[in-house]
Amino acid sequence: MKHIISVLVENKSGVLAKVAGLFSRRGFNIDSLAVGTTDDMNISRITLVVNAENHSIEQVTKQLYKLINIIKIQELDPGNIVERELVLIKVSADSRTRPEILEIVNIFRANIVDVAKKSLMIEITGNNRKVDALEELLKPFGILELVRTGKIACTRGSKY
Amino acid sequence: MSKISGAQMLIKSLKEEGVEVIFGYPGGVVIPIYDVLFDSDIRHILVRHEQCAAHAADGYSRATGKTGVCMATSGPGATNLITGIANAYMDSIPIVAITGQVATPVIGTDAFQEADITGITAPVTKHNYLVKDVEDLPRIIKEAFYIASTGRPGPVLVDIPADVSRAMIDSNFKAEMNLPGYKPTTRGNLRQVKQAVKLIYDSKKPVIFAGGGVISSEGSDVLREFTDFAGIPVITSLLGKGVYPETEELSLGMAGMHGTRYANITFMETDLIIAVGTRFDDRVTGKLSEFAVNARIIHIDIDPAEIGKNMETLIPIVGDAKTVLTDLLSNYREITDKKGKPDRSEWLKWIKRMKKEFPQRYDRASKKLKPAYIIERIYDITGGDAIICTEVGQNQMWAAQFYKFTRPRTFISSGGLGTMGFGLPAAIGARLGKPDKTVIDIAGDGSIQMVSHELATAVSNKIPVKIMLLNNGYLGMVRQWQELFYKKRYSATCIDNCVDFLKLADAYGCSGIRVKNAGEVDDAIKKALSIDNVVLVDFLIDPDENVFPMVAPGSPINKMLEG
Ligand SMILES: Cc1ncc(C[n+]2csc(CCOP(=O)(O)OP(=O)(O)O)c2C)c(N)n1
Ligand SMILES: [Mg+2]
Repeated sequence: MKHIISVLVENKSGVLAKVAGLFSRRGFNIDSLAVGTTDDMNISRITLVVNAENHSIEQVTKQLYKLINIIKIQELDPGNIVERELVLIKVSADSRTRPEILEIVNIFRANIVDVAKKSLMIEITGNNRKVDALEELLKPFGILELVRTGKIACTRGSKY
Repeated sequence: MSKISGAQMLIKSLKEEGVEVIFGYPGGVVIPIYDVLFDSDIRHILVRHEQCAAHAADGYSRATGKTGVCMATSGPGATNLITGIANAYMDSIPIVAITGQVATPVIGTDAFQEADITGITAPVTKHNYLVKDVEDLPRIIKEAFYIASTGRPGPVLVDIPADVSRAMIDSNFKAEMNLPGYKPTTRGNLRQVKQAVKLIYDSKKPVIFAGGGVISSEGSDVLREFTDFAGIPVITSLLGKGVYPETEELSLGMAGMHGTRYANITFMETDLIIAVGTRFDDRVTGKLSEFAVNARIIHIDIDPAEIGKNMETLIPIVGDAKTVLTDLLSNYREITDKKGKPDRSEWLKWIKRMKKEFPQRYDRASKKLKPAYIIERIYDITGGDAIICTEVGQNQMWAAQFYKFTRPRTFISSGGLGTMGFGLPAAIGARLGKPDKTVIDIAGDGSIQMVSHELATAVSNKIPVKIMLLNNGYLGMVRQWQELFYKKRYSATCIDNCVDFLKLADAYGCSGIRVKNAGEVDDAIKKALSIDNVVLVDFLIDPDENVFPMVAPGSPINKMLEG
């Protein structure tokens, strides 16, 4: 099962390595990981997506808590969050295929952020399903490069 | 406003933490620190290998309850510490390891003797620091000692670059700890405690299972009070030895792979395990799915990650063992005041019968020199009052089986990591912490050869530890497994008797005594204890002796092999 874990950490060097190291040491594969500072410069948020059994995820969160620089850990309920991922896709394009690609981009409310003679760069924000669908449609044109930020998520409502 | 160097600030901070002794070994980048130590009244014990500095700090801590300190230079000095740090980590022992590092401007350039020691030790430390600014140093030292000794204790490493040691700082510079993410729970949830008490009261066949956590929380006295008041038998783990006197009727000794038969049987019979400060290690539980199948479990531990990790727990109580036991006792008193003590005479009768039916055994009639006999004699002659350190292997298990431990911090042994070579340096550390105690290392001929250079440390610092070497010419414990499970194919376990341990002792300026038969045992032990020097007694024991009873790995713990 997929779990989204949101971790508040002290913004210090080495902390990310310790978090990532703990997951790999205990045999977990991290599907995605996003880090950035919060409104407080001294605190960063790490959002992790991992695939694991419920029991073992509980064990790994408890182990995670033991890292001294970790302030708070939340497992997010996928039914009650807004989740986003930003993806940049560089796709082959020439004068013949460009209009068709633009049409797809419009339907997805994605943006063109760079235009070159033989390629287009598309920016899309959304949840997994939307991104996957766009990727699927662009594949036939030839995807040159695809970059994901990793998922970030926030619980709905005023609770935090 | 006077200025001092980072090195001076380090030593000043260590003094403020009450550090009396550092076990260490110098090198290039820590010369500034050693230069300050030269004039300091903190005692420095020069070991002969950094691994033993960490083990000695560990032994010092186990014997005294204080935080042990070790120090090494960058690169190879630091990497040599790792086994010692990992050993302390596995057994939750508070030590602070200080390492030198190359100067900050060259970190990351593969500079001479550079090693990323904070990276390397991340999995085996409770926490570690790379000090990048001298003004962080006083805070970090404070935090290091606080983290090492509170919550679930463990090793903390502080890596100090050479330029930070040399940098100048205001001598009065003060810093507060800043640990927003570190708040260990000490007081157990009272509602859980009350539930536990009810369960204990109603249980027909309860048993207490106590581990090293009770010792590190200094909870042995309360445990004893609770046990005696409630009349509940006590089983311990290896690291729990000494929490409750093994001479008492309610003591069932140690359970597990080489535990007492009656402790293991009791685990299968009990309806309630009150586990305190222990983690249900596989060496205790045997085949997990068949362990304590009739029992419900109350698990008290300072580390929430240990609760439910291996065993399904009915009542988890996160908290410091001593504090929770105190609450447990007062609540249990309350309930018995109201309703009277429950009648468990049947259960206690059964326990008594098991102890009588399955005593610890060895072939007492044999003409050969039996290790169990030696340990029994050491126990008698020391009046059970010595601090017993062990190496790892058969020697360790014989020491655990045949010496009766009656007080906490008197059995010092590498449990979780099972580190050969731990015993001698740990004994050195223990004796420094407890200079009035007889400190004995029960050794094996394989283990001692991993650290025999520390005889020099002991002799030159006048630390008169006594090494009782159970010399069987084998890596005995491995040989035992080969005998039992690998068709007696003794691959790489015969270490012959090519070393003359008396000459080795002599070379280091220790006294050596050789014992070949049982008749000489008493005199040798008495002589060893009376000599005011490091003594090595070379007991040439029956090389074929094995440790029994034994639970084969992966078997349920009541299926015990006998010799
Ligand atoms: C550092 C280390 N290496 C290897 C082992 C594996 N091992 C466990 S017991 C043992 C044999 C120990 O031999 P000895 O010290 O002579 O003790 P004995 O079992 O003969 O009493 C070995 C090799 C270990 N525990 N630690
Ligand atoms: Mg041996």
